[in-house]
Amino acid sequence: MLILKDVKKSFAAPTGNPLPVLEIPAFCLGDGEQMALVGRSGCGKTTLLHVIAGISRPDAGSVKLDGMDLCLMSEAECDRFRAGHIGYVFQTFNLLPGFTALENVLLGMRFAGGRTDSARAKKLLERVGVGHRLHHKPAMLSVGEQQRVAVARALANRPKLLLADEPTANVDTGHQTQVFELLRDTCWEENVALLLVTHSPELAARLPRVDQLEHFNRAMQS
Amino acid sequence: MSLWKIAWRSIEQRALASALTAFSMALGVALVVTVLVIHQVVDQSFRRGAQGYNLIVGAKGGRLELVLSTVYHLGRPIENIPYKYYLEFTEGRFRQSVDAAIPICMGDSYEGFPVIGTVPEMFTELQYQEGQKYEFASGGNFHPGSEYEAVAGWQAARKAGLAVGGTFRPAHGLIEKGAPAHTHRPFTIAGVLAPTGTPMDRALFVNMEGFFHLEGHLRPAAGAHPQEEPAEGEAHDHDVPISDDQKRITAILVSTKEDWLAAALAKQINEDSVAQAVMPAQEIAGLLDNIVGNIQLLLLLLAILVVVVAGIGILVSIYNSMNDRRHEIAVMRALGARRSTVMVVILLESVLLSLGGGLLGLLLGHGLIALLGPTIEGETGVIVGAWAFQWAELILIPGLIALAAIVGYLPAAVAYRTDVAKSLSG
Repeated sequence: MLILKDVKKSFAAPTGNPLPVLEIPAFCLGDGEQMALVGRSGCGKTTLLHVIAGISRPDAGSVKLDGMDLCLMSEAECDRFRAGHIGYVFQTFNLLPGFTALENVLLGMRFAGGRTDSARAKKLLERVGVGHRLHHKPAMLSVGEQQRVAVARALANRPKLLLADEPTANVDTGHQTQVFELLRDTCWEENVALLLVTHSPELAARLPRVDQLEHFNRAMQS
Repeated sequence: MSLWKIAWRSIEQRALASALTAFSMALGVALVVTVLVIHQVVDQSFRRGAQGYNLIVGAKGGRLELVLSTVYHLGRPIENIPYKYYLEFTEGRFRQSVDAAIPICMGDSYEGFPVIGTVPEMFTELQYQEGQKYEFASGGNFHPGSEYEAVAGWQAARKAGLAVGGTFRPAHGLIEKGAPAHTHRPFTIAGVLAPTGTPMDRALFVNMEGFFHLEGHLRPAAGAHPQEEPAEGEAHDHDVPISDDQKRITAILVSTKEDWLAAALAKQINEDSVAQAVMPAQEIAGLLDNIVGNIQLLLLLLAILVVVVAGIGILVSIYNSMNDRRHEIAVMRALGARRSTVMVVILLESVLLSLGGGLLGLLLGHGLIALLGPTIEGETGVIVGAWAFQWAELILIPGLIALAAIVGYLPAAVAYRTDVAKSLSG
């Protein structure tokens, strides 16, 4: 369902020469499959997630989700596609500070172009355990609660794929497992494929598939 | 969730900066509203004053000067014309063309208000506005035979403390408080006019025959010795008969039988060496268009400039916030918002600040007028409706939206160009 083929991505080095970050001959993730991606810092994990989400364009290759090649889409088409098909959980949660928990979830729906479904947004927030904090702004939520809202927001549009970029990195140790299990379980319940980037081998081991980016990213092998 | 709400939330986040920016816009708009209303007040008070007659006949000289002194009691009257010339309008060659001809004599004042000698027909044959006849708030018109009766304009009576039955002695000279009063018999107020919203409210009208009897108001009779006139400060014991040759008047207010007769009559009068005739409406229109209008236009331009500066304030406020908001915009984009969507959000933010400030400015402007209304009414006689919106104010709404779109464009373009991956990583 997610298929990457011959994806290459470079950034300009300070010298002006291209610095290859990604060179992935092939990568795939099946429907509803859950996978942990581990790797050392700077090996291109976040860049890979950006490329899969269509936030960054690869220099070459194709990124297909549900048979649609994101690389062939216009930017606006890609934005719309991302909103409807891909959920994204950031390391720093990235909740919009001016909006309440409920509104943060509704925003995700709004940008997908469809009608905002308040009932579903509330249900999701209740599912992730912040049903009693619907009208609180991020500053009034604990770190764990913020990440829960971020998970609910990522799932708002019933995506096919959820990308989670070190979602537990900023959560205290006591809540890391909770957030991880929340992601894993809600993705199971919603039949959403999960690609989770983590530094924690313990958490990674709890998902059915684990891989190191360096294993299939030739840019880092050289 | 609408884009308006998203924009509003951004404004809420920067509440203080947004409020100050909107307030500067409010001050600019309030200034525009005030200038527009003052424009209306000046325009109305000028145009109203010159209604009810279509010609002013006076001594040859400045045309505008004649209108200003006769209608608005501003400046000094040019010169006098012989009373006998007035008789040409009532009994002579101009009689066929006129409906009413009212003589007025000027040059005296009381407590700073001009005292005008005239005839009772001033208040019966002339109207102060189209279809508006003079009415008396108290008392009535003075009687032709009662030489020392007077009628007070509404505001003059109020401010000078004159009521029906009250008396006053005019002083020689115009608008000079404390000038020595004539020592003749005092004039008695027979009536106080109801407010008209014209300069008539700020004048006192005395029987012209009584006015002639005041010292210094007559030409010496042929062969008379100067000592026949009482010395300054010495009271008259009795009124001596006055011949028409001795009488001088300042101007004649003429209402012609038909409007089209006015131009022909004016031409005829202007060919005489004695007097000139001017059409007050034309002179006032010229004054408003060429002088007053230009000053008002300049004031309006300055007020608009203040609004534009406030608009630039909005630009600076939003633009300065863009650095902090790049990350927020990148998150919106990552959630699926298109470039055009974030651009529209920024533009809407600009529109909300501009319109919000504008509406507050309208309220401020009209509130200010509501506060100043009684003073303006008292000073000019023009009743200012604080909540009477003018058509020109309607232009403010699309104008503010256009201004917001222009000033919002730069920060909106910054939002449009935000590099999502870079901003998220940063």
